[in-house]
Amino acid sequence: MFTIRCPYCGERDQSEFSNGGEAHVTRPKDPEQISDREWSEYVFIRANPKGIYYERWVHTHGCKKWFNAVRNTSTDEILKVYKIGETPPPLKEFKNTIKTPSGEPDVGSGNFSVKKP
Amino acid sequence: MKKKYSIFSLVKNSLSDNQNWKKMWRNPDPRKFYDVIIVGGGGHGLGTAYYLAKEHGLKNIAVIEKGWLGGGNTGRNTTIIRSNYLWDESAHLYEHSLKLWENLSSELNYNIMFSQRGVLNLAHNEHDVKEIRRRVSANKLNGIDSEWVDPHQIKKLVPIMNTENCRYPVLGASYQPRAGVARHDAVAWGYAMRADELGVDIIQNCEVKKIRTAKGKVQGVETSKGFIRSNRVGVVASGHTSVLAATAGIKLPLQSKALQALVSEPIKPVINTVVMSNAVHAYVSQSDKGELVIGAGTDGYNSYTQRGGYNIIEDTIRAIVELYPIFGKMKMLRQWGGIVDITPDASPILSKCEVEGLYFNCGWGTGGFKATPGSANVFAHTIAKNKPHKINAPFSVDRFVSGRLVDEHGAAAVAH
Repeated sequence: MFTIRCPYCGERDQSEFSNGGEAHVTRPKDPEQISDREWSEYVFIRANPKGIYYERWVHTHGCKKWFNAVRNTSTDEILKVYKIGETPPPLKEFKNTIKTPSGEPDVGSGNFSVKKP
Repeated sequence: MKKKYSIFSLVKNSLSDNQNWKKMWRNPDPRKFYDVIIVGGGGHGLGTAYYLAKEHGLKNIAVIEKGWLGGGNTGRNTTIIRSNYLWDESAHLYEHSLKLWENLSSELNYNIMFSQRGVLNLAHNEHDVKEIRRRVSANKLNGIDSEWVDPHQIKKLVPIMNTENCRYPVLGASYQPRAGVARHDAVAWGYAMRADELGVDIIQNCEVKKIRTAKGKVQGVETSKGFIRSNRVGVVASGHTSVLAATAGIKLPLQSKALQALVSEPIKPVINTVVMSNAVHAYVSQSDKGELVIGAGTDGYNSYTQRGGYNIIEDTIRAIVELYPIFGKMKMLRQWGGIVDITPDASPILSKCEVEGLYFNCGWGTGGFKATPGSANVFAHTIAKNKPHKINAPFSVDRFVSGRLVDEHGAAAVAH
């Protein structure tokens, strides 16, 4: 459980929000021209990184507005919140604390199986 | 040396104060080359190695695990086993698994404490009733022991259930008597021990960092103990499958989320079946130790932290207390989360991919434990023959291109 800073209402409990999945997914301009595989990628494939993730949230039990967030999925730390329509912050702005593909950050993760002493 | 467990070995070892039990498996250093590498030492991965060695005669196999055996979702589920799925494809897969479960303790000569105590899937509204009755009929056509039971019969099976005086009264349920539970870590240990006896190298505390490929073929895996060469790699890494696939440049339709469960303080036997409810989202069974084992829904956002939010537990406990007022004052002992990999159609992926020699067994989402033996069995076939078994052919990753999905959101029984 964590809190999210709604860009309209301020910091609230995460349970007030609903997640809208990956942000900045664009619909192909000419769907009739693309292959089944490309269409399948648009419909079914979404980013699923362990680390920096650009996602959408909606303040369901609040102002009901949608907005975007950048979150580290290995710690659930929210690094930035920005409004719909604003330019997404570049990835290099966030220091990725993940050491290896499945390795764990020093703090904030529930996965202790590979944590070094 | 084959380890045999029996009443005699128990007596013999108890006379020597249980000091002389042998280690169940070796702890070898990895070799330079293996015929097959399985990434992930949970039940599905260890089972795959076991069936590869036993049924397909392969000798040079390794299972590589980043932590300890069964420390991922194999040890984090609520141990429910059933096969009452709607579509033919899933019914065949899960029923294949249930048939293997029924004989698994004797096959492995290791008590996995499989207990066929039955499962109830409750209906709370008209739509649930129609949906569940349809599923019962579909199950019967596939030869699965599923039946519709009315509230009166439910009360007989579970006298402590509050079926009437609640916000969502219980209108009926599907009942599968052959369903049940098993001790989940014993499944991993049993497969590990017998795979080890067949010569499989089980390498723990060794993390796979990258799947190395060249010219569309798999070359091996880079691990924390160095590079290990192999022409065939099977990835069975549940929530971390996307991360590993990405190192080979493969995108899979998976989303990783936390799924929570919790257990109560132990009490005397009070519920002797498994009860699941999709609509109010609570499921419960009682372990042999007497703890209530309670499952929650997935947290609604992608995450790799094995914990999840308190609000999800709260929702589940609310539903439990409404259905079983007798549990109202009980204390919960432990809570945990596992990272499940969810596909768009809530069915697994057991498949080859565009890289030759690379196989994926993933996407089990919220319900992989029940499938452990069946999944391992058909996945071993897929790797050994380089083509799917007829049972897992419909679960190819190509179904997301062809559109031939196996939509099991209804039977999956966990909200996501």
